[in-house]
Amino acid sequence: MIINILFLILIGGLVGASSGYLGSFMVLKRMSLVGDALSHVALPGIAIALTFGINPMLGAFLALTIAIIGIWYLNEKSEGYVESIVGIFFTASLAIGILITPEPEIFEALFGDIDKVTKLDGLFIILGSILIFAITKLISKKLMLGIVSEDLAKAQKVNISKINLVYLLLVGLVVALGVKFIGTLLTGALVIIPAVTAKNLARSIRSYHILSIIIGLLSTVVGIFIAKMYNFPTGPIVVLVGIGFYILSNFIKK
Amino acid sequence: MNNILSVKNLKVSFDEHDVISDLSFDVERDTTVAIVGPNGSGKTVFFKCLLDLIKYQGEIKWSENVRIGYVPQKLAVIKDLPLTVLEFLKLKENNNTKIMSSISAVGFKDPSADEAGRHIHSDTRVLRAKLASLSGGELQRILMANALLGDPNVLLLDEPTAGVDIQGEKTFYSLFRELKKDKDLTIIFISHDSEVVKIYADKIVELKHDH
Repeated sequence: MIINILFLILIGGLVGASSGYLGSFMVLKRMSLVGDALSHVALPGIAIALTFGINPMLGAFLALTIAIIGIWYLNEKSEGYVESIVGIFFTASLAIGILITPEPEIFEALFGDIDKVTKLDGLFIILGSILIFAITKLISKKLMLGIVSEDLAKAQKVNISKINLVYLLLVGLVVALGVKFIGTLLTGALVIIPAVTAKNLARSIRSYHILSIIIGLLSTVVGIFIAKMYNFPTGPIVVLVGIGFYILSNFIKK
Repeated sequence: MNNILSVKNLKVSFDEHDVISDLSFDVERDTTVAIVGPNGSGKTVFFKCLLDLIKYQGEIKWSENVRIGYVPQKLAVIKDLPLTVLEFLKLKENNNTKIMSSISAVGFKDPSADEAGRHIHSDTRVLRAKLASLSGGELQRILMANALLGDPNVLLLDEPTAGVDIQGEKTFYSLFRELKKDKDLTIIFISHDSEVVKIYADKIVELKHDH
């Protein structure tokens, strides 16, 4: 029992920390709603995976990858109205997802069920988190330069479009890693809330990234602990703990 | 002829509308060229061509071994961006000595440096400041320091004093003069200010808004 809780806390913490790190860039890129919208795309992927008896995390990741490449391509090629097309696409995904998800699993897919997290899921999460940290660190300077000035980045021969695609695929990966814990409706919150909280407290970009990782980690660890103790669904508790940290940060903020 | 840049029959169109048409001129090494023209005449678009950021027709030919330092008009810096000046400069260059020398070059010098000019240290306070907290003039000088980090022989300045107060503008242009004196630099700058253009430019290229 204790080993099981420790296992869940470890891998939950990894998902929280990776979400916090990726989210710290997303907030500065003013893409806060993208994480939320992307998480909806995971639903049809989960539904198809459940129907065919595949790991839902894998289904979510495949659906997210296809959606991200599609959106990235639209953004590159189209000259207008991309935002509205993306909006329609995301809500359509949610509607289709709800329609095709087998009924007994719908609640689990939307809000997550921590008791269904297996050792294999744990392995995916550990490997996925390592990949997220390594690649994000590798592209972090280029990402930041693109945030400060796209022209300056391009003038320094940074391929902004490629960097954005890699970044969005990592966001897709972290959403897929989080679906079993938090569910598709709330994983976006785990990407955004720690970063917004960290922004209230940080004095430099380095401390901002570190705080975002720590708050992401703490939100999930404390959230899982409370959920397990009082037998609540994990997703909403993790998100509420994160929001608690956010409210607190507004009082500490200079 | 010792040209560092040659522009021939440059044409840029957006949606079949010509923003720049049939622009040709040369820039001699170590000279200062002002790009002038009314709003919408394609000055910033022309810089994007020089930096190879957009598609164009015609020819832009830089001489060999050209190293371009680019100072954009503004940054997309949000009010509470936690990025410090040092962290911003480190996005381009990790070497602290080079960073110190570039901020000294743009006028952030330690006021306690001795009179003989030996031991001139950089004013490191500015490095700890958040980029978003700088005044317009200070930000322009940091952008200039950023451009100098690549040891450029060409500087492209896009309206360097737009949104800068009069004092900041004075500081910026005295720096401009010093840089020209100390380094072998070709400077191409966009300006609205005809007085500034008269004082600093060796050559003026006027873009017209007649298309």
